[in-house]
Amino acid sequence: MTTQRTSGRRKQAFAAAAAVAALLTTAACGGGSDDGDNGSKTGAAGFDAANNKVAQADLAKKGGTLKFGAAQDADSWDTTRGYYGMMWNFARYYSRQLVTNKAEPGAAGAEITPDLATETAKVTDDGKTYTYTLRDGITWEDGKPITSKDVKYGIERVWAQDVLSGGPTYLKDVLDPKGEYKGPYKDTSADKLGLKAIETPDDKTIVFKLPVANSDFEEMLALVSASPVRQDKDTKSKYGLKPFSSGPYKFASYSPGKDLKLVRNTEWKQASDPVRKAYPDEITIQFFSDANQLDQRLLSGDLDLDLNQTGMSPQGRTTALKQHKANLDNPVSGYVRYAVFPQSVAPFNNIECRKAVILGADHVSLQTARGGPIAGGDIGTNMLPPSVPGAEGQKYDPYKLAGANKSGNVAEAKAALKACGQPNGFKTTIAVRNNKPVEVATAQSLQASLKKIGITVEIDQYDGSQTAGIIGSPSNVKKKGYGIIIMGWGPDFPSVQGFGLPLWSSKYISESGNNNYALIKDKAIDGLFAQYVTTLDDAGKTKIATEINHKVMEGAYYLPFVFERFINWRSDNLANVYTTDGYSGQYDFVNLGLKNPKK
Amino acid sequence: MLAYLIRRLFAAVVMLVVIVMVVFGIFFLIPKWAGVDIALSFVGKQADPAAVEGVREKLGLGDPIYAQVWEFFKGIFAGRTYTGGGDSIHCAAPCFGYSFRSEQAVWPVLTDRFPVTLALALGAAVLWLLLGVSAGVLSALKRGSLWDRGAMVIALSGVSLPIYFTGMVALSIFVYGLDLFDGQFVPLDESFSAWFGGMILPWITLAFLYAAMYARITRATMLEILGEDYIRTARAKGLKERTVIGKHAMRSTMTPLLTMLGMDLGALIGGAILTETAFNLPGLGQAVLNAIKNQDLPIILGVTLITSLAVLVANLVVDILYAVIDPRVRLT
Repeated sequence: MTTQRTSGRRKQAFAAAAAVAALLTTAACGGGSDDGDNGSKTGAAGFDAANNKVAQADLAKKGGTLKFGAAQDADSWDTTRGYYGMMWNFARYYSRQLVTNKAEPGAAGAEITPDLATETAKVTDDGKTYTYTLRDGITWEDGKPITSKDVKYGIERVWAQDVLSGGPTYLKDVLDPKGEYKGPYKDTSADKLGLKAIETPDDKTIVFKLPVANSDFEEMLALVSASPVRQDKDTKSKYGLKPFSSGPYKFASYSPGKDLKLVRNTEWKQASDPVRKAYPDEITIQFFSDANQLDQRLLSGDLDLDLNQTGMSPQGRTTALKQHKANLDNPVSGYVRYAVFPQSVAPFNNIECRKAVILGADHVSLQTARGGPIAGGDIGTNMLPPSVPGAEGQKYDPYKLAGANKSGNVAEAKAALKACGQPNGFKTTIAVRNNKPVEVATAQSLQASLKKIGITVEIDQYDGSQTAGIIGSPSNVKKKGYGIIIMGWGPDFPSVQGFGLPLWSSKYISESGNNNYALIKDKAIDGLFAQYVTTLDDAGKTKIATEINHKVMEGAYYLPFVFERFINWRSDNLANVYTTDGYSGQYDFVNLGLKNPKK
Repeated sequence: MLAYLIRRLFAAVVMLVVIVMVVFGIFFLIPKWAGVDIALSFVGKQADPAAVEGVREKLGLGDPIYAQVWEFFKGIFAGRTYTGGGDSIHCAAPCFGYSFRSEQAVWPVLTDRFPVTLALALGAAVLWLLLGVSAGVLSALKRGSLWDRGAMVIALSGVSLPIYFTGMVALSIFVYGLDLFDGQFVPLDESFSAWFGGMILPWITLAFLYAAMYARITRATMLEILGEDYIRTARAKGLKERTVIGKHAMRSTMTPLLTMLGMDLGALIGGAILTETAFNLPGLGQAVLNAIKNQDLPIILGVTLITSLAVLVANLVVDILYAVIDPRVRLT
């Protein structure tokens, strides 16, 4: 008995000591709170200091190692194959294009500026011919000059989809709509430069001849898929393991899913590049399989920023907001998160039933499920992201989703159900990716609010890695009875075409890999897109973009949840930091510098 | 003995073939039955038909499943060439497949990551055997004492706490809190001391879980054995207690421990997923987790095979060691 009592006391003492140790440790981790909005003692610029504006530009010094961390590797580092936004952003370290996004914060960062070219395109009046002249002093990592033929070959690689799959195919669709060219690997011409739509009269000149005008063509040339690739350095499908550099940095080592290291490309000349400042000597990426681990490393200062730029994990976010607010920015990501109603699944073929869901949903609850106003975003009121020209943000709110109906309007929803011929409600299924916990939470929120108006919803969590094969197949969607699909979409380039064409054009409905989930076949929308691509003036384009968005909302094909925001981390040591609309609210990687290069 | 070994090796090979067929079935047949086109998950957002066809051709998705399995086995011994769309990739023997996500042959990925996992498993095993067996033996010898109760409470907490929790606590305290360790993995060929510093916390965390289990098993087995007639006889003969325990009781205690060790080491060598994830160690466990996230089927298949092989080999070694430890066991 005595022994037991003694043991109990010792255990209590041990537990107490452990608790004290844990508390002390927590305090040590925290390191006190920051001054938040006005910068911190540690040197961080302050909350939202780099959101659409440049933070601490003067403090950036040459040298040092810029350290990225990431929970997800790129889909490919091959400029032809990458499609992740962060890959396009990062690829500017080792690749250049004829034109690129301006190195400026906010909306200006989405504007086009010359890169390899001396100036933006000389465009003929019919909008079908684009001519560029290359700068002097532009070189590959081995010192040889970059020629117009290298640019043409790099673009031609987009045609080799059977080998180089994954990247955007806009250039292929615009330059060769009939699909006549078979790509450089099947090209029988001696120089493998058989694409007729691109001419290279000399090493400095490149001419694009479009069969049909497209007013966003220069935006497409600003994508990294339009980067030059030198034919003798093209390792085809393995090119992404070590791309041959045309930018200020080159690959030193890369082990997929483990780490990546860039070092200076000594052949790159600052005088030849008006965009990139190339502050650090080295750039590293360390990959993590656990997002919480990554956040811990960011918070501890071991890493400078998150390569993925999709926001911190809930746990890391909470700690960061409490203790390191001055290191955070809260930008709009450019993504719209939404539910979409496939018209092939009854009763969503009836617009009134679609309206009933839109009106009956509790939009505040949906926003909360997405993470609330800071981590989730503002309540989405229409389908055009605020960063796209023509967008009106929350000013255009045809269903009063952020206004009177923000908590759901049961009376109006029931009236819509009656008009739809389903006064007692109906049963349907929500399809949601099983690897996106936030989307599952959103589905559950929607399920709860629709119950109030008599709509019984079953949630089907499908394998998220098979998205294209499951919800991208209209016949499968119909067979499974997916009346509501939860998804999100961001612009490939900031225009209504770069965002909405695959979602809303009837031409993009396909049996596999379909993205027009609602199966919209609206002649007015198709007509507006056709008009848009031939409209060359910006004011005209903006007006059409607005009209397209209105048509989509009037059709009630979508229930927007949020205009997404996220919490982004920058270390104390990071300088010249700013978010840019050119890369969906991400930091512009290419001009980041370090305050203390020796750290 | 030789006949026994041949029989066991043959059984192991049959088992591996079955495992490959099951894994192929899970990844290639089940989606097919569900009407899902796997090729679509490899082609990005815009899903160009040529891209889909290229993936089908390279992965051989149009071939019957038995042909795919046969090609896989053939590749292990003779290498394999993947062709499609004017591109040709040779995967040298032993070709355990080719990852079209990361554009690498699977075998080099496995051999690159295997040493990390092996070092983790072996280092942790040494620790947990030292701590677990010693604690278990002492608890058995001092049954009911303060030591016994304390050790078993700690063992119980070790068994109950999941590794991702203890891993996070260890990192919070020793890396982010007290700053005693860097917490970063450094390859052994770069610096021994940095490598050791990066491995010590994962070893301790992993060993904490297993030591707890081993301590409990050791204690229970030892207690049972100490009550056996031959132990009583040994003591009655006047043998020293150290000899009774060290020579006679320990030998019998080792038999079930060895079985456990074989199973545990085999499973860990296949990838200590949680430990590697918690400490961001670039081993097989991390590779397979990334592969699952990215639906990188060839890597998943490769790691599954290595895991199975490790378990089979570890069990075979254990069976052979039985005969060494316990003379009553004969391998026939």
